[in-house]
Amino acid sequence: MIEAIAFYTFATLTIAMFTITVMSKNALYAMSALAAGMIFISGFFFLLDADFLGVVQIIVYTGAVMALYAFGMMFFDSTKDVKENNTSNKVVFLLSGMSALLLVVIFVAPIISDKVQALYPMKEGIGNAEAVGIVLFTKYLVPFEVAAVMLLVAMISGIIMASKRMDESLTLKDDDEIQEKAVQ
Amino acid sequence: MEKYLYLALFSPLVGSLFAAIFGAQPKKLITGIVASALLFVSLFSSLYLLGYVTSTGNSIHVKLFDWISVGGLNIPFGFVVDQVSVIMMVTVTTVSALVHVYSIGYMKYDEGFNRFFSYLSAFVFSMMILVMSDNFAGLFIGWEGVGLCSWLLVGFWYKKPDVTRDINPSISPSWAANEAFIMNRIADLGMLIGIFLIYWNTGSLQYNVVFKDVSALNIGLVSLIGIFLFIGAMGKSAQFPLHTWLADAMEGPTPVSALIHAATMVTAGVYLVIRANPIYSSIPDVGLLIATIGAFVAVFAASMALVNQDLKRIIAYSTLSQLGYMFVAAGLGAYWIALFHLMTHAFFKALLFLGAGNVMHAMDDELNIFKMGGLAKTMKWTAIMMIIASLALAGIYPFAGFFSKDKILEVAFDSEHYLLWFMLWLGAGMTAFYSFRLVMLVFFGEERYKKYGFHPHEAYWYMLLAMLPLAILAIISGFFEESFEHFVTMLLPEYHFHVHGITVVALIGITTLIALSGIGLAVYKYSRGGFSEKWKDTFVYKLLINQYYIPIIYEKFFSKPYAELSRIAWKELDLRVVDATVDFIANVIYKTGFKGRVVQSGNLSKMLKWMVIGLITLLVLAIVYSPVR
Amino acid sequence: MITLSHYLVLSAILFCIGLVGILRRKNLLMLFFATEMLLNAVNIGFAAISKYYMDLTGQLFAFFIIAIAASEVAVGLGLLIIWYKRVGSIDLDTMQSMHG
Repeated sequence: MIEAIAFYTFATLTIAMFTITVMSKNALYAMSALAAGMIFISGFFFLLDADFLGVVQIIVYTGAVMALYAFGMMFFDSTKDVKENNTSNKVVFLLSGMSALLLVVIFVAPIISDKVQALYPMKEGIGNAEAVGIVLFTKYLVPFEVAAVMLLVAMISGIIMASKRMDESLTLKDDDEIQEKAVQ
Repeated sequence: MEKYLYLALFSPLVGSLFAAIFGAQPKKLITGIVASALLFVSLFSSLYLLGYVTSTGNSIHVKLFDWISVGGLNIPFGFVVDQVSVIMMVTVTTVSALVHVYSIGYMKYDEGFNRFFSYLSAFVFSMMILVMSDNFAGLFIGWEGVGLCSWLLVGFWYKKPDVTRDINPSISPSWAANEAFIMNRIADLGMLIGIFLIYWNTGSLQYNVVFKDVSALNIGLVSLIGIFLFIGAMGKSAQFPLHTWLADAMEGPTPVSALIHAATMVTAGVYLVIRANPIYSSIPDVGLLIATIGAFVAVFAASMALVNQDLKRIIAYSTLSQLGYMFVAAGLGAYWIALFHLMTHAFFKALLFLGAGNVMHAMDDELNIFKMGGLAKTMKWTAIMMIIASLALAGIYPFAGFFSKDKILEVAFDSEHYLLWFMLWLGAGMTAFYSFRLVMLVFFGEERYKKYGFHPHEAYWYMLLAMLPLAILAIISGFFEESFEHFVTMLLPEYHFHVHGITVVALIGITTLIALSGIGLAVYKYSRGGFSEKWKDTFVYKLLINQYYIPIIYEKFFSKPYAELSRIAWKELDLRVVDATVDFIANVIYKTGFKGRVVQSGNLSKMLKWMVIGLITLLVLAIVYSPVR
Repeated sequence: MITLSHYLVLSAILFCIGLVGILRRKNLLMLFFATEMLLNAVNIGFAAISKYYMDLTGQLFAFFIIAIAASEVAVGLGLLIIWYKRVGSIDLDTMQSMHG
């Protein structure tokens, strides 16, 4: 019962937050609503006994990603609204609604057969974080390391791209000059 | 032995390719010399093979490689040297080699010297393939190859402009070349159908297999095959009604006329009938048809030669007429006699043409024999050789034509086709007459050329030397009759004569008589200034000089309606239907592209929209094709 | 009782909200927000399947998706900054250099 109450509460809140993110004209509101939505989603993870994932969700999204976005927003001065009037809302909602409908139809219909076998079944008596750790560092060790390298690369590239020649505005020069600079 | 076979076959090709390297360059004597030398290599190889086949009686059969092997169809590139093909090889290479040497002199000042030798050697190569192939497909390849080379060589002086029929009956070299080529295509279609029928019913194209199986086939079917093959032979050998191209083909250089349009290529039709003798032996009715057409052409062509004023055309008509003789022999089952006449004819007709070439050279390419006369004084050797050739053609003892032509007349008489015999007999008289009319008008009598300002001279010594072997062969080749018969009847069926003794002697006597009287008439009349001008107004003369109006009839009833049909097909069908359809498709695609270009706006929002549409499509498909419902 | 379908439907709904965002927004930064939403919606689905099938693979997938999302934000924002420096705007409609 509690599970149901929690699910519906979180569902309502998440949908509401995401809707605000999508519909709001103010970028600040949108970002705040997104951060809130992320936290609510971690609620689902806890509900689903994926404690580790829930914690990672809060740390990565709300902690790191949102902070990055916040900095980005400051940089872009995106408090000023970007006009979004030239998109026909009808089409947008029609398309999204249709895909939602189809997805729901697919998910509600009993498409998943019973034959699915658990590859890495959860074991009783072991905590979630522990179980994830065991699988991650045994079966998924290589993807894990690759992901680590990818994050490192992303970090370095982010730093380089954002910081390169901060002192000059590329806007005021044409392509040739930029090329010249690059050659030097 | 295979070495010699390949040597005989491929040396002309090497010569052709060598000359072709210099094709676009100005004259290089070396091309002519190399091509001729290689032809002599081919000639000696052929002679060696002849010696081998004569001494052992074996035939050589080689398979170069598998050519076509598709499903049940298996055609190897195989060659056979047997009694028939070796005779053809020797004939072809002899004449070709001599004509090559002759051409070095004849084409001396022609800017297409190298090109000429390339074509000429290529022709010999094709002809060798034609006669040496051991199957119908290879024969057809050679058949088309000689047709192509003939087209190239007839149209050798393609730069000459078109003129009306009144000035030049063949209009222009390129016109004549096209006529020859197209006329042959019509006939080749018939031949192809014949070959298809053969393959269809026997499952093979190899001669030995086909000829073994042919006796088991339905007689109607064999007749059909025989007729279709003969249609092909009719085109190549210029038999009525596909004969007009041969006279027009005289637009080519004279060595070409000598080699291709007298000695070798035009006899390919006769060769085909001889080669396919097991087919024709089993269908005597078709044979009779062939003989009838042959006899008709023999007289028909000879009649046109009677009045013509063009040196080369007269000889061309005589070729036509002699081909008719060969077909009579082949049609009546006397294959070895047809082959014999083919060989002797090749020698003396080539000689005649080469002599004509000398005269043309002397007369600055003038062809009208009424503008010549008395040339024997300046061109003694040419005159002698032309007279030898004419005597051989007329069939006077002891020249070659006497033996072969008389035999044909005997066959016609012997097989009790007296009408055919009579026609051939008449033809023999005409042949004698027009040959000596030509000799008289060109070499004797009043020196009319002086009026037109010509300065005739004898040809180069090596040209005369090249003609000499032919002259000797024209005299002596008849005496090989016995051994020839013995040799080729190892492969070809023997012809058994029923009439003997006094009848044969009488026949020979009658034939010789009419030939001699033809010669006598010509000599008598033309030594006295010829026939009166009144003849020119008669209907018969007009009919003959206009070639029975056949070219004009062809033009009116075939060419013009066909051109009209083509125009309709072009203007109405092609432009309005085919082109319109194609244009429509192109327009639809073009416009779709033009309209669809907007999709590529470069705008990310729009692209995303399209992406979502794609997502929806995929979802729908996922539902429709979901494995579990 | 909350079943797997509940979670999947929720995931679908969130995904479509994300789609709306993607289609509607002209502000590139907002587009990134919408992308995060799509990824999160899918994560819920993975976690739910993991739970109902008693299989850890789903959770690990979600884990890697989070890693990818983090790197995407880092690189994407870097690119966005360069673009902003050159063009002075992060409006999507200014990006039309590939106009056909």
